Amino acid sequence: MNFRTLKELSERCRESGLSIGRLMLQQQAKESGREEAAEFATMKEYYGIMKDAVHNGLTRDTTSRSGLTGLDAQRVAAYNESSEPSLGGDAGRAMAYALAVSEVNASMGRIVATPTAGSCGIIPGVFVSSQERFGWDDDIMTEALFAAGAIGYVIANNSFVSGAEGGCQAEVGSAIGMAAGALAELRGGTPEQAVHAVGLALKNTLGLICDPVGGLVEIPCIVRNGFGAVTALAAADMALAGVRSVIPSDEVVQVMLEVGAAMPEKHRETAGGGLAQTPTGKKLMEDLRKKKRR
Amino acid sequence: MRFKDVFSIIGPSMVGPSSSHTAGAARIGLAARRLLGAMPETARVSFFGSFAATYQGHGTDTAVAGGLLGMRTDDPRLPDAVELAEEAGMDLTFREGKGLFPHPNTVRLDLQAADGRKLSLLGTSIGGGNVEIVEVNGFAVKFGCSCPALLVRHRDQPGVIAGLTAALEEAGLNIAGLSLSRMERQGEALAVVELDGEAAVTLLERVRRLPHVLGTDYVDLNGEEEEMADELSDAEGAQ
Repeated sequence: MNFRTLKELSERCRESGLSIGRLMLQQQAKESGREEAAEFATMKEYYGIMKDAVHNGLTRDTTSRSGLTGLDAQRVAAYNESSEPSLGGDAGRAMAYALAVSEVNASMGRIVATPTAGSCGIIPGVFVSSQERFGWDDDIMTEALFAAGAIGYVIANNSFVSGAEGGCQAEVGSAIGMAAGALAELRGGTPEQAVHAVGLALKNTLGLICDPVGGLVEIPCIVRNGFGAVTALAAADMALAGVRSVIPSDEVVQVMLEVGAAMPEKHRETAGGGLAQTPTGKKLMEDLRKKKRR
Repeated sequence: MRFKDVFSIIGPSMVGPSSSHTAGAARIGLAARRLLGAMPETARVSFFGSFAATYQGHGTDTAVAGGLLGMRTDDPRLPDAVELAEEAGMDLTFREGKGLFPHPNTVRLDLQAADGRKLSLLGTSIGGGNVEIVEVNGFAVKFGCSCPALLVRHRDQPGVIAGLTAALEEAGLNIAGLSLSRMERQGEALAVVELDGEAAVTLLERVRRLPHVLGTDYVDLNGEEEEMADELSDAEGAQ
């Protein structure tokens, strides 16, 4: 790849006149030694899996193996239809779709890790709802996935994208930044605006701990994906409106690294603290253990 | 750069719920299946650490079973793999392992094939679906499964590795990683060579004919897996 930071990414785009997505496709083909068309086809297939996951989460029984979660996406979707949601229809749909994909994941359905399984709902939630709203075709969405991948590539290599290393900010936070930047580009924003969207989004999740009840990718992971999709829309809007991340986005990524490295182990995907160790969290974990012994 | 390309960020395509506890576990199962060279007739699966604590909620058990059947991380049959394995005639048991383990996400697989071949493997799932195999049949090893790996069992004698690397050079294959382990001086030894490309059958045959080489095994998780589909459809046909 010919960029290591978000600043370099937007500079390479400006020099070449390519979008972030196109630049990443070109660089990916160079790295893998495969044709651009082959790389594009793989990514397009992934987008198809994401759309299927949205559909499955809205129509199938998504009760998880533990029985702790499931069907919340369908509750939100039904509420969106029957009532006047506070968010409004479009953001509500993004939220429902993100919940849907995360619930498919929790119930052992097929998803694409974006960047991880724990944060797999945010990008499909934002992408699929926006595609329906703005009428973009799958090729446009596929190019935008390369843009999201470019942003994630920078975050992953300068900080981290796993909860065990950096807490939830690294998983859900990174996914929101990726979705926000890609959406800003999809809506006609410049690479600079897309990069501002990333910084704005990341600032909102700094410090978020990874504290899943029973160590399972369910509570609170699923609802955080729902909230994450809404936040990504908000960050893209701010950037498109001209709001800038005064602290440059690359510096925000460094803060994520600093905060994650300082995070106690009990708040990094071990179920040793946070929501997992609340009285109710402990009771749910104990119930699961008893269920297992039987 | 820990992450090399776009598909380490967007991807893998997988059955949930966890890239480490599900996708990684399936890949360890698949690696073991490839090393054994056949579907195991008996499989003793021992989970350690976080795997032992949460394997049922994460489907780590069914993911390992799927891997042993030759399934990829995104195979839609993965959630039913335990039942499918039993239908295919696999005697499969899961338990919590005892003793020390090298990583929070560790699994030991003790396998035996119908023809009597045995394999004992210790694997760790290090995050994002990436895995590391740390022990094979008592030999300490260390290899991921992101590129093809060639395992060469041999007598600990001078010149074996020179012969092996010469054969790889002739085949135009670059070595991405190389590790060696032996039971005792001049005793049985194991070389693990990670490769930047696929090894042809003729190369494996050539390596097997080298002096002091006892046998080879080959693992390529990205290769085609037509054998599994055949066995499963046989099992389904037998019902």
